[in-house]
Amino acid sequence: MSSFWSAWIIVLTLAFLVFIIWLLRWNMTNYTGIKEGELMDHEYDGIVEINNPMPKWWTILFWITIVWGFIYLALYPGLGNFKGLLGWSSSNQQVRSLEESRLATEQAHEAGLIVEYDRQIEQADEKFGPIFAALSERSIEDLASDQTAKEIGQRLFIQNCAQCHGSNAMGGKGFPNLTDSDWLYGGSAEQIKHSIMEGRVGLMPPQSQFNDQEVAELAHYVMSLSGRKVDPELAKAGESNFIVCAACHGMDGKGNYALGAPNLTDNIWLYGGSQEAIEETIRNGRNGVMPAWKDILGEDKIHVISSYVYGLSQE
Amino acid sequence: MSKKHIKHSFVEKRVGWLAVFMTLAISIGGLVEITPLLFQKQTNEPVIGLQPYTALEMEGRDIYIREGCNNCHSQMIRPFRSETERYGHYSLAGEHVWERPFLWGSKRTGPDLARVGGRYSDEWHYVHLMNPRDVVDNSNMPAFPWLAENVLDGKLTAKKLELFRSFGVPYTDEDIAGAQAAVAGKTEMEALIAYLQVLGTGLTQAE
Repeated sequence: MSSFWSAWIIVLTLAFLVFIIWLLRWNMTNYTGIKEGELMDHEYDGIVEINNPMPKWWTILFWITIVWGFIYLALYPGLGNFKGLLGWSSSNQQVRSLEESRLATEQAHEAGLIVEYDRQIEQADEKFGPIFAALSERSIEDLASDQTAKEIGQRLFIQNCAQCHGSNAMGGKGFPNLTDSDWLYGGSAEQIKHSIMEGRVGLMPPQSQFNDQEVAELAHYVMSLSGRKVDPELAKAGESNFIVCAACHGMDGKGNYALGAPNLTDNIWLYGGSQEAIEETIRNGRNGVMPAWKDILGEDKIHVISSYVYGLSQE
Repeated sequence: MSKKHIKHSFVEKRVGWLAVFMTLAISIGGLVEITPLLFQKQTNEPVIGLQPYTALEMEGRDIYIREGCNNCHSQMIRPFRSETERYGHYSLAGEHVWERPFLWGSKRTGPDLARVGGRYSDEWHYVHLMNPRDVVDNSNMPAFPWLAENVLDGKLTAKKLELFRSFGVPYTDEDIAGAQAAVAGKTEMEALIAYLQVLGTGLTQAE
């Protein structure tokens, strides 16, 4: 803050405090020339006023608030650029990026200033840091059967993952079920962790080159892959066009973890398994995005969530 | 005690003077707390990664206002651990320098949205806005299915950008010239999702 505005705040604040003191003292003085408890020299429609002082409890409270005002301004940042004797602030100011935020925290720490928010974080790190550190040293597979890790993982899951995958982790249309053994990007501990850390972008391009008949044939062939009863002629007709799909889903339709291409042979359908839904998928394509969480949650927490998710499909 | 003492009855009997003194007393707080902020670097300088809203995001913002999202969702993460654990880094003055008006809100029926950008997929937002119960069982948020049907014509988009440029948002002539084309034909849903997906990312995506 420039020294002009700093001075502006200081002068106005202090001048007003002094003014309030004067105002209070002025109103506590009996300048009417009439003794306390006697009638004032005015009367309206028979209503008279007795010259009483202001209530003592009220004036004392007023003095206390004034004194508190001075104490507060001395201890806390209130007077322009003066940081207060305690060196206290609620959070770091003048921050323009995450990097500057980190630097501001370090600088405040070195200067011995109390930043309330940083202190909260520090206390939480002291308390929870060792717990997460201990957990992060153990493998995800190992943690999956650990009761504490499970409870922490579940809470983190409810807080951050349930919005899409559901509080029971069973997902919904477009949002994968995490409790079964069908995985788009692989169900190993490391693959799950990678999915959460970095996110995933699954892209099924629209197959607009096929006409309605071809799409229907293709849908029948796809349905036949999971052993469903379909019109055999339509399915047969669709087989030749499946070569396009095989690029991602494989010739056998078993999918590809590297591309997030679903297994088409297990009768588990992310976007619905009806003929209609499958045709819609072929025609319009699908775009499934799992956001990256490493910058939001950090690796230690993701490690625990990974173990929770891993555990869900192991039961 | 002197005879010439000023008497309190002066203001008791002169309502005009009473009004003058009251105005002075009331404005002192604003003069001390608000006026200096208008001239602070901190409240006028954007955070390093802040980008002006694109034409589509700007339209989305207006839909956010029209539908009253700010009545239930705040856009202000306070510097408490209990908030930053859930929402991310606390909100900074520099993230809001181009906001007119601010959409900080004052009440949370739903969660804070200051950093909702990138947290969910576009598809999630679509499903959620069509019917929130489809993804969050116990949500009491209303559904907004008409957003998917209403199509933007973008007639006023360029004007909006121009207005914000006059507030100091660095829009280029090309931004304004291409504004209508950028939004025409898009649905309100697309615009709103584009807006939601950019919220709070100015800070987190800056290097």
